[in-house]
Amino acid sequence: MTSVDGEKHSGGRGRGGLYSVALPLAVLIALFYCWPAVAAGRVISVSWPWMPSLDLHLSFRLDGLSLLFALIVCGAGVLVTLYSSSYMAGHRHAGRYFVLLHGFMLSMLGIVTADNLLLLFVCWEGTTVFSYLLIGFDHESGKARDNARQALLVTGAGGLALLIGILLLKMAGGTYTISQWVSAGGGMQDHPLYLFILIMVLLGAFTKSAQFPFHFWLPNAMSAPTPISAFLHAATMVKAGIYLLMRFHPLLGGTPAWMCILVIVGGVTAVWSAVQAFGPVDLKRVLAFTTTMALGMMTMFLGGQSATVLTAAATFLLVHALYKAALFLAAGIIDHETGTRRLDRLGGLARGMPLTALAVAAAAMSMAGFPLFFGFIGKEIMYKGALAEDMFPQFATVAAVLANALMTAVAAVLLLGPFAGKRPPALPEARDPDWRMWVGPLILGGLGILFGIIPEWVSANLIQPAVWAFHPAHEEVLLTLFHGFNIPLLLSVITLSLGAVFYGLRRPVGALVTAAAQRLPLTAGGTYDHGLYLFLKGAKAITNRLQNGALHTYLAVIVLVMVAAVAWPWATRAVYAFPAPRIADHMAALGLVAVIAVSTLVVLLARKRLMAIGGLAGVGAGVALIFLVFGAPDIALTQLLIETLTIIIVSLVLLRLPPLEAAKKRRTCRRLLDGALALGAGGVMTALLLGVLQYPLDRALTTFFEANSYLAAHGRNVVNVILVDFRSLDTFGEITVVVLAAWAGVALIRKTKEPS
Amino acid sequence: MRSVILKTATRLMVGLIMMFAVYLLFRGHHEPGGGFAAALVAGTGFALFAIAEGPGKVREAVRLRPILVAVSGLGLAALSGLPAALMGKPFLAGVWWTVGRPAGAGMTIGTPLIFDIGVFLAVLGAILSIILALEEN
Repeated sequence: MTSVDGEKHSGGRGRGGLYSVALPLAVLIALFYCWPAVAAGRVISVSWPWMPSLDLHLSFRLDGLSLLFALIVCGAGVLVTLYSSSYMAGHRHAGRYFVLLHGFMLSMLGIVTADNLLLLFVCWEGTTVFSYLLIGFDHESGKARDNARQALLVTGAGGLALLIGILLLKMAGGTYTISQWVSAGGGMQDHPLYLFILIMVLLGAFTKSAQFPFHFWLPNAMSAPTPISAFLHAATMVKAGIYLLMRFHPLLGGTPAWMCILVIVGGVTAVWSAVQAFGPVDLKRVLAFTTTMALGMMTMFLGGQSATVLTAAATFLLVHALYKAALFLAAGIIDHETGTRRLDRLGGLARGMPLTALAVAAAAMSMAGFPLFFGFIGKEIMYKGALAEDMFPQFATVAAVLANALMTAVAAVLLLGPFAGKRPPALPEARDPDWRMWVGPLILGGLGILFGIIPEWVSANLIQPAVWAFHPAHEEVLLTLFHGFNIPLLLSVITLSLGAVFYGLRRPVGALVTAAAQRLPLTAGGTYDHGLYLFLKGAKAITNRLQNGALHTYLAVIVLVMVAAVAWPWATRAVYAFPAPRIADHMAALGLVAVIAVSTLVVLLARKRLMAIGGLAGVGAGVALIFLVFGAPDIALTQLLIETLTIIIVSLVLLRLPPLEAAKKRRTCRRLLDGALALGAGGVMTALLLGVLQYPLDRALTTFFEANSYLAAHGRNVVNVILVDFRSLDTFGEITVVVLAAWAGVALIRKTKEPS
Repeated sequence: MRSVILKTATRLMVGLIMMFAVYLLFRGHHEPGGGFAAALVAGTGFALFAIAEGPGKVREAVRLRPILVAVSGLGLAALSGLPAALMGKPFLAGVWWTVGRPAGAGMTIGTPLIFDIGVFLAVLGAILSIILALEEN
């Protein structure tokens, strides 16, 4: 944690943030407008081409499932932006905060409404990046940066796996368009690639939704500002994985592998997180563990196949979004007003902040699943669902009861800890904050009660359309206030009693969990840390070896690679016979070659730098003249100019270095190796050119350019016409490289001037 | 290395070199030369100027920052592709206008010339920025 204590800002009256409510509010109103039609089973879709050649379209589709998620995203978005306009008032990076928040919200809406898998992936990565930036929002803290990087690496790696899954799916099924699967009706379950696709997609979903063993990033992500934790890491982003599982359910679900993985992973995550929620004293960390517990429960229920168990997942999604966002926002209020969110320092706040206490009470009761709250409805349907699991129903039921009982106890801790009892003397007297901050938790808590009283309406207008969107069987599963005396009710009673027992034992259990967590020989978080450490160490070792700053090594490596890369195919094809050129035809050229050879010797043997530079100039001029002899005046001219300029630049650099006599002599064996490398490079190039001459010259291009140069391009100089007209895009690329290289070069030259 | 002989010779030479560069630039479409070669010649001229008089004088003479020259060259080259694109042809395809009397007797001027001037400026700017930075170091 970066700052368990004191996330308090100067607390200005800034109203700028208030305008940022407009965007989520506008989308929310639009969603309300579409709601009746979608609830009645209609699907609203729009599509624009983006890159049709890649089968990538900006196609969006609003069905029941998308609507449920979009309503959660925008509803929470409105309340969170409103809350943030007060919470972040006076913060010097408030503008950046709202831009990132909106960027995230739009990406999230993109995920839940995208009808094209590639578009979904783009938005998926968008949420990863914005989450990274928001977790690291307090970027001056090293811990926050580490946590942000951890979230980025874990969810980013999962994103890559998801991309592989999507591409495999395209290979196997032939379409990126989600709605076409549904209309086609056929799943992927019998395809030979099924298992690979499943594993890749699940990796993506599990990392995003913090499932065991990738759960460790979420509690660390709590270094984000509290409204962000409420929005991203409780209500929306971590649900993206759940959304993915729901969307892919008709395509990949129903097999033993799917059921087995989802039920086991989800169950383990739920129980292990619920147990761990007793450990920390930081309010937000406790909430983070309860979030992973909830995500585990949803994953577990999505392992099933019947309408009941899927309804349980969708219902719990809504239940959890309502109470968890409310609790997070309330935790932010406590932190903002008292300057701490350590449970052991809080107490007796109910008197000072009654509205906050009311909101937390409603949310915590819903979390604990008391009758008349929406959480109770959710729990009933969860037990019904767990009993109806197709695989491991006993395991699922036990996991659900255990996790829920633990949640009940945690809810009691969250409500009674800060608000009941006497105020510790060290704690400052706190009041309810600005209305913009308490209205959010109060509305969310209120909805938890309202939905608990009218479950039939929620069921018909929200849950059922959502479930039917990914469960084509269209079985009716209605949520009702009272199901009669049956096993789920009995389990509810057991849960509440067990919860009371756990609450009574909270201190020993908490101590036990902390001690046990420290003793574990292998933890996911520790493995991540160790892996990252090894990775960085390896990268450093390789860099130190390859990029050691010695120009000599760089050149040797480059030339060696070139020689090997050219010589290897040469040797394997075994082309050794070259036609001997007739010497008598090329006497002028041979004279130039002699000049070049002598100049090279001068460079090698020179005792002064100026002498060596003169030798280099001789080599360059000789090469340029050879082009002239063979009838290429254009190339000869350019080559000559380049050599001139090169000599100027080389002398500017070399003449400033210490004199050659003072330089340390290289060892003889080193010089011999360098010489062998140079001769090898020359030999390979010669062989290559002679090899090219063995084949007849294809004059098709030359003829074309000669014929069209004047007629089509109004130029008699074919070389220039090719450069500026026929292949001008290539030239444009080349001059771009030239300019960028010069820019980088100037930066490097300037850098050496700094005192080091 | 501020010799009087070099300074005096440079004064005479630099003007000639620059004229030669411009000559190379414009003749390039028909005879050996072109924007790239012209930029190399001009760059050599500026290098001579910088060695004789110091990089400060060159900066005064050029006025613009060298990298700005290079980037404006890139921009000019990119702009020269637009007329073709606006006329529905591929980007950077040559578009030609005839000045003077029609039917072959007039002079043809086309976007490739503008492109070549862009190449000239880009390469010259790149060379200048490197040489001046090295001289000042």
